[in-house]
Amino acid sequence: MNRTLLTGNGAAAWGARLARTDYIPAFPITPQTEIIETLANWIDNDEMSGRLVTLESEHSMITAAGAAAATGVRVFSATSSQGLLYAIEMLYNVAGWRTPFVLVNVSRGLSAPVTLEPDHNDIMATRDTGCLQIHCSTCQEVLDSTLMAFRISEDPRVRLPVIVNLDGFYLSFTREPVNLPDANTVKTFLPPQDSEAAVFRASSPTSQAMAVLGSSPYSYFRYETHLAVMNGLQVFDETANAFAEHFGRTYSAIDAYHCDDADIVFLMIGSFATKAKVAVDQLRAAGHSVGLVRPRLLRPFPTESLQNLLRGKKGVAVIDQNLSMGKGGVLHMEVASALYGQQNAPPVLLSFIGGLGGRDFTSEEFFEMEKLTRKAVETGEVPPPRLLYNSDELRQIRKLQAIAHVERKELSE
Amino acid sequence: MTDTTTTFKRMKDLPSTHLLGTGTPMCAGCGGLQALNEIYDVLGKNTVFVNAAGCMTLLSVYPFTPFRGSWLYTAMASAPAGAQGIRDALDILLQNKRISTKDDLDVVVLTGDGAAYGMGLSATSGAMERNLDFIYICYDNEGFANTGQQYSGATPHAARTATSTGKRGFIGDKKDLFSIWAAHKPTYLATVIGAEPLDLVRKIEKLKSLKGPRMIIALSPCPTGWDYDPKESIVIGKLAVKTGIWPLKEYVDGKITHTKLPHPRIPVEEYLKKQGRFAHLFKPQRNEELLVELQAKVDKYWEDIESV
Repeated sequence: MNRTLLTGNGAAAWGARLARTDYIPAFPITPQTEIIETLANWIDNDEMSGRLVTLESEHSMITAAGAAAATGVRVFSATSSQGLLYAIEMLYNVAGWRTPFVLVNVSRGLSAPVTLEPDHNDIMATRDTGCLQIHCSTCQEVLDSTLMAFRISEDPRVRLPVIVNLDGFYLSFTREPVNLPDANTVKTFLPPQDSEAAVFRASSPTSQAMAVLGSSPYSYFRYETHLAVMNGLQVFDETANAFAEHFGRTYSAIDAYHCDDADIVFLMIGSFATKAKVAVDQLRAAGHSVGLVRPRLLRPFPTESLQNLLRGKKGVAVIDQNLSMGKGGVLHMEVASALYGQQNAPPVLLSFIGGLGGRDFTSEEFFEMEKLTRKAVETGEVPPPRLLYNSDELRQIRKLQAIAHVERKELSE
Repeated sequence: MTDTTTTFKRMKDLPSTHLLGTGTPMCAGCGGLQALNEIYDVLGKNTVFVNAAGCMTLLSVYPFTPFRGSWLYTAMASAPAGAQGIRDALDILLQNKRISTKDDLDVVVLTGDGAAYGMGLSATSGAMERNLDFIYICYDNEGFANTGQQYSGATPHAARTATSTGKRGFIGDKKDLFSIWAAHKPTYLATVIGAEPLDLVRKIEKLKSLKGPRMIIALSPCPTGWDYDPKESIVIGKLAVKTGIWPLKEYVDGKITHTKLPHPRIPVEEYLKKQGRFAHLFKPQRNEELLVELQAKVDKYWEDIESV
């Protein structure tokens, strides 16, 4: 096994290369662009077979991805943020076509205001499309998840697009040591696609994505897609086991850190959860019994595993890097619906919003979140969702606004 | 077009039966379906039709299809990108010898004017710019017919639509999609109409032998949207050509050729007065000014052609 330094984007590109991707419909967008540049460079210099075509939008890119997958080639694509949103109409469609391919999303906050830095509102917007979602927190995980995603996606019980998510900048441009899986071992882990699937051939005509009349066939196909996504729970576990056998690294649907003996648990996804991991160590050193759960798989939602991991815990602090305007954190709602009414479910579930547009989390904030959760456990009173922001940040904004006002005043005189 | 280049020398050379199945939910007298029938007979069943949202999306309703070959519905804006994905995938499979040439398909985009003139224009431009080997058929019924004939980028000046019901009808002009597409220098580009089947099949026969972007705009008389008796579809289609409203032409290697010159050109009024969507030009009183304006536009087009 070959150990090398790779960015998250580089790791995603290596995943596509080792998977022997045939076709890459592409469109540039920061912070994803390095992925398609890397792949294009390999293809142009004959280091990788396959074809990369730049479409004129992400909407077209996902259309081409689905259409090519429906013709029976292995497809990979990548995008970020506004690009993912521009593609959403087609993400619903290609999931409905039941086409297997892998899409890497490099998370970046959504406009307006426009930003380059990461949060999860982009990927959360694809939650209901029928695409599966795997969230990564290290560059190694990006590469490994991409390989696993192909196998899950192409499994006849699933046959759906899988989105592998990594955070812009924090993972996309951060170099970490990564074990490059052996290409031949990948071939046994990820064999060529199932040849039984209906694809476009002159000798076997097929109609895909036909219209339906009436609610009955519509409901039938929508339920079928839902059930196929649900099959992803078992297929993920099987794939993770096979991956461990081939490469020695184990990935569960939910990563649990010091969870067994914890009474307070943080719940986060993505690369920022590594900060929570450090905070757990610090809190434990200070005598607090704290743990972390980090769902890798968000679609299908690993409800049962989460219920098992959190059973008997006193309190959970859900930290969302997204904001559903007018409600709060999306993960918080998902976790609440998984736990409500379950025996021995944690009695308090707190919601924190942070990390928007790449805003950092400090250790002090993790200490404070733990303190608030413990207080809620003691009093039984759950505070409303907290939007993390400190007085220093607010002071900086006020300062910028003051400068802008002075400038405008001077210019208008 | 000389007779030596075509197997379709006269009307009796046209196929006597159609390949496309019957019993589709298209309206009686649909000029788009007529054109598609004629086109499909020439293109044949080794095709995959990639469709965008429009009337013809209802051709294939689960679990039935009138096509002997394949079908993929995409969305309103991106049918050419669907064609790109299929063509690229087939090329990869052929190149790697994972399929035989017998399993290859002609990839055919089928959209209405709403997609072709508007929402899908960017995807079409991209496909032509990438020199995609595909065929694009736009059935142009001059409005969003499937939703009840609201005006589109293809609606002609003065036509009444569900969203242009005033005395002057639609105040805009029909977009010159032929020129927009021609500016991309596709391999082949032509206008056709179902009511002139010989001209149509010769063009389809020609494009079938070529590679690269091959584009067809088929004016599609629409009894429902244009407001006339379905039995008049052929008559109206022929009048569109005879009045010079719908020039039959093709673009090959940078050169535009008119394939059927309307001689003598009859007044556009003959075409307009047959359709309810232009009834306000004649009743309650004649709108002479607007009729003159419409005739002048057609005259100008042909004067420019004939003076070359």
